[in-house]
Amino acid sequence: MQIVAKTGNEAMAEAMRQINPDVVAAYPITPATEVVMIFAQYVADGLVDTEYIPVESEHSAMSACVGAAAAGGRVMTGTSSQGLALMYEILPIASALRLPIIMAEVNRALSGPINIHCDHSDTMAARDFGWIQIFSENAQEAYDNMLQAVRIAENTKVNLPTMVTTDGFIISHCMENIKILEDQEVKDFIGEKNAPVSILDTDHPVTIGALDLQDYYFEHKRQVVDAMSKVNPVILEVAEEFAKKTGRKYGLIEEYKLADADFAIVALGSTCGTAKVVIDELRAKGIKAGMLKIRVFRPFPAEIIAEKLSPIPAMAILDRSDSYNGQGGPVFTEIRSALYDKGKKPKMINYIYGLGGRDIMQKDIQSVFNDLKEIDNKLQINYLGVRE
Amino acid sequence: MSEENKPGWRELPEGDVLEAGTATKFNTGGWRSNRPIWNEKNCIQCLICWIACPDSSVYVKDGKMTGIDYDHCKGCGICDKECPTKAEKRAIVMEQEKK
Repeated sequence: MQIVAKTGNEAMAEAMRQINPDVVAAYPITPATEVVMIFAQYVADGLVDTEYIPVESEHSAMSACVGAAAAGGRVMTGTSSQGLALMYEILPIASALRLPIIMAEVNRALSGPINIHCDHSDTMAARDFGWIQIFSENAQEAYDNMLQAVRIAENTKVNLPTMVTTDGFIISHCMENIKILEDQEVKDFIGEKNAPVSILDTDHPVTIGALDLQDYYFEHKRQVVDAMSKVNPVILEVAEEFAKKTGRKYGLIEEYKLADADFAIVALGSTCGTAKVVIDELRAKGIKAGMLKIRVFRPFPAEIIAEKLSPIPAMAILDRSDSYNGQGGPVFTEIRSALYDKGKKPKMINYIYGLGGRDIMQKDIQSVFNDLKEIDNKLQINYLGVRE
Repeated sequence: MSEENKPGWRELPEGDVLEAGTATKFNTGGWRSNRPIWNEKNCIQCLICWIACPDSSVYVKDGKMTGIDYDHCKGCGICDKECPTKAEKRAIVMEQEKK
């Protein structure tokens, strides 16, 4: 184990080098460009055995990934925002065909208006395509999540594509010290990919992705639902094995001083790092503040979230994207739904924040905890940091 | 629609995987709106239509074009476009399908 200084993008590219996938097909887009640019350098320098396909668009990138994965390869790509949006057409094909493609996705606002900075609107818009979605708080988690994603996606009970996300610029471009494994340790951890079928196996020819109309489409979608229902135990198994190797523990969620909290926030990604500092300060003043960090957003770990949140008296759900549905952001609506059958329903309000990279500072999170003291006087949906 | 005799989702192979060559079981020419008409008299047997056809719907026997497979021709018109015969002596022309 060594400690190195890496940005989030560098950390993800380093993980990709150690994973040494069979195929990477990618198209550059800010702020994810470096992930595949650095990786392309590794290919050029002969550090990996990967077939690198520099395609003409993200639509082609994901299409090439689908083809390569159908041929049985371990396949990866990276993208962000509009790039992810251009892949939307192919994303549900990857999951329906049960192809465990791994994507490094750097969260960035969707245009328009045009913007290159962080929010979660791109990834959240891809939440219903049958992809596993894992959020990272920092570069260390981005690296660790990439390695674990391979094991999760390729588990024979799962066989689903997986995206590991970081936050644009905040994680992708900020350098921090991270601990990385030796190449051989990664190789041992991820193992060999065992694809059940391959379109290149001419001794056992198959058709993959045939027209699937009223009589079979529904059954294949039902299979994806079933696979998704088996993902979370696999994530926990993989996390346990990873913890034995590294000492770094992961779950579906992370509790931060939550158990005895009077006031809690729920968030994903880099904001959780800022929130931890605020919570420590509030705790020092005797205020019982806490946080539930969501690591896995798809499949949504509803059961454990409901269990952990239902005893908390008052909480704020922080959404870095809006659903424009009049009912709050995607995290808020998921959590409210998860709590519907719980006897004890906590008071809960929503904050949409940080759209288009609007900074969320310690004082902003402090103001949320302040609001929670008078939660009855607050609106259900609030916009944090917007100019009125 | 009756679905009783078809396998449920638990029995189906994972992820829409089927045996190879399933396209031969379906007549995909059913939704053609224009049909290529081959005129043997004008055909110079260059086989460019056979090379260009994206649906392998040009019949060739003993090295010669013998007709069009209307069960699989989707009527894209590439054969007509690529056919090098002169305007007054076309070997392939497109005609609207009469439904």
